[in-house]
Amino acid sequence: MRIYVCVKQVPDTSGVVAVNEDGTLNRASMQTIINPDDLVAMEQALMIKDATGCQVTAVTMGPPPAEGMLRELLAMGADDAILISAREFGGSDTFATSQIIAAAITYTGLNDEDMIFCGRQAIDGDTAQVGPQIAEKLNLPQISYAAEIKKEGNEVTVKRMLEDGYMMIKQQTPCLVTCISDQDSHPRMMSIAGINAAYKKPYTVLDFETLKDEPLIELDKIGLKGSPTNIFVSFTPPLKGIGVMLEGNDKKTTDKLASMLLEKHVI
Amino acid sequence: MDFSLTKEQAMLKKLAAQFAEEELEPVAAEIDETHEFPVENFAKMVKLGFTGIGVKEEYGGTGGGMLEKVIAVSEFAKKCMASAATLSIHLIAPHTIQDFGTEEQKQKYLPRLTKGGELGAFALTEPNAGSDAAGVKTVAVYDEATDEYVINGTKCFISGGARAGVLVIFAMTEPKMGTRGMSAFIIEAGMPGFTYGKIENKMGIRGSETAELVFEDLRVPASNMLGKKNGGFKIAMKALNAARIGVAAQAQGVADEAIALAVQYAGERVQFGKPIAALQGIQWYIADMATKTEAARNLTYYAAWLADSGKDFMCEAAMCKYNAAENARFVVNLALQIHGGYGYMHDYPLERMYRDAKITEIYEGTAEVHKVVISRAVMNK
Repeated sequence: MRIYVCVKQVPDTSGVVAVNEDGTLNRASMQTIINPDDLVAMEQALMIKDATGCQVTAVTMGPPPAEGMLRELLAMGADDAILISAREFGGSDTFATSQIIAAAITYTGLNDEDMIFCGRQAIDGDTAQVGPQIAEKLNLPQISYAAEIKKEGNEVTVKRMLEDGYMMIKQQTPCLVTCISDQDSHPRMMSIAGINAAYKKPYTVLDFETLKDEPLIELDKIGLKGSPTNIFVSFTPPLKGIGVMLEGNDKKTTDKLASMLLEKHVI
Repeated sequence: MDFSLTKEQAMLKKLAAQFAEEELEPVAAEIDETHEFPVENFAKMVKLGFTGIGVKEEYGGTGGGMLEKVIAVSEFAKKCMASAATLSIHLIAPHTIQDFGTEEQKQKYLPRLTKGGELGAFALTEPNAGSDAAGVKTVAVYDEATDEYVINGTKCFISGGARAGVLVIFAMTEPKMGTRGMSAFIIEAGMPGFTYGKIENKMGIRGSETAELVFEDLRVPASNMLGKKNGGFKIAMKALNAARIGVAAQAQGVADEAIALAVQYAGERVQFGKPIAALQGIQWYIADMATKTEAARNLTYYAAWLADSGKDFMCEAAMCKYNAAENARFVVNLALQIHGGYGYMHDYPLERMYRDAKITEIYEGTAEVHKVVISRAVMNK
């Protein structure tokens, strides 16, 4: 059994956020971190590994420096890592990215008992699209917003969080799950033994030549040119004005509050 | 000459920094207040492999050497000096057993110290034997009938002594011969005749417990002697030389953090209509702090490199410890000064760091002893 964990290197938004003139993020000038939800997905996979001894594979698409992130995931406990990296893939939007990652997983092999874990969404684009799109392209069932995942044989039980409750879902593998963090999910740290092993574990780079003939790859739908999404402008939204304060603890005040909320269609 | 860390060392630095920020910093003020040894955090250090740094993997260690110890200890010291001291001092015991122990001793004790969760301690100091190891009064008398040594005496100021599972201690086997009559032993908590006295109430590093150890007819199997009979002084000096680099790392970490706090505060504190960082007086403070700290770091790294390369490092260990400790006091003092009244308040970490930093000029050899070591080495070249 193997769990692929899809991960993304994102700008550290606690530092300086820089934007290029064309509206895209100036990633080179920013510190990077591993997307927090992806770390949760990795922790979920490692917990299943702890219980079953399965193989955990970290997968990312990005420039060669993304290796540093993958080595950290190997030091956390992943067994192997795959970097999908080529100039032809650069500038891909979620549609193109999911196609390439799906092709990379097909190329590497997806068996009946395998699963793919993703973070719910990345903190840079916040689209939450890549995970579900990978599932669509691989024609796999998908479960999003997973807070707990238990695997028994070829069946997985997932606690799927909703705004006001949760669902318990049983699903046959292979399938794709997107993970969210909750109060109990603390991604483990690297360990020193893990660090010592990180540069000795299997590490594969899949380039354009390797993937271009995969059936899922449509050559006119990858990279910046093949991406249907274009950024026209990026801007910082204006700050909201100061709120309105109502004073008083009588019925008149609460009536006024209720009428204001009704007016704004809040209630 | 390459000053960069290896990829693994850079990852270790990142891990140690994350651990310090997420696990050590949240309890640093509390353990300073309560004087409590953070048992849970030590267990976490064990789990992540910090307690096995510098010990071979075959003995449960996580490999690496002195530079790895310096990296981890200095990152810990940024957020909690007491925890940095705990790790730094713990590692002396497994390193000494690895360096001088028999294969049987290494097999028996190292896994307990590296991954078994037991704290290590090193007990040389006595009420009348601080810098002068020849003053050790603890005696070990051989009992031929049982093939044991019977140990009597008292050790003081022993970091982690009352928490340790495995301790390296020193006793006179030929009292008339001074340092040439001293031997090292490995003892265990719970051995009959081994009890604890006073737990000290200290100025700083209060989350690192400092204990008095009492040996009353403590019977230790002769097989627990570490190294040769009467060879203890050499073992103690080797261990202390290495430990001094660990203290330099503690001093380094607290200085680095003091600079970071001072820079942040100077940028935020507005007086006379502008941040105090715009005042040249403050800028010059920062320049002095940064320059001296960088110099201290490089001397500490150099001493660690000498140790890891198998070269003699006695003089450089003394130099880096003496220099980094003096620098820590200098830097923390200025950082507190930049903070003004706020720095003096208990609510700000600098007040604790100021008290914590002072110990680095005292333990594992005072600044004065280091100057003796350094001057002898330089003048006898």
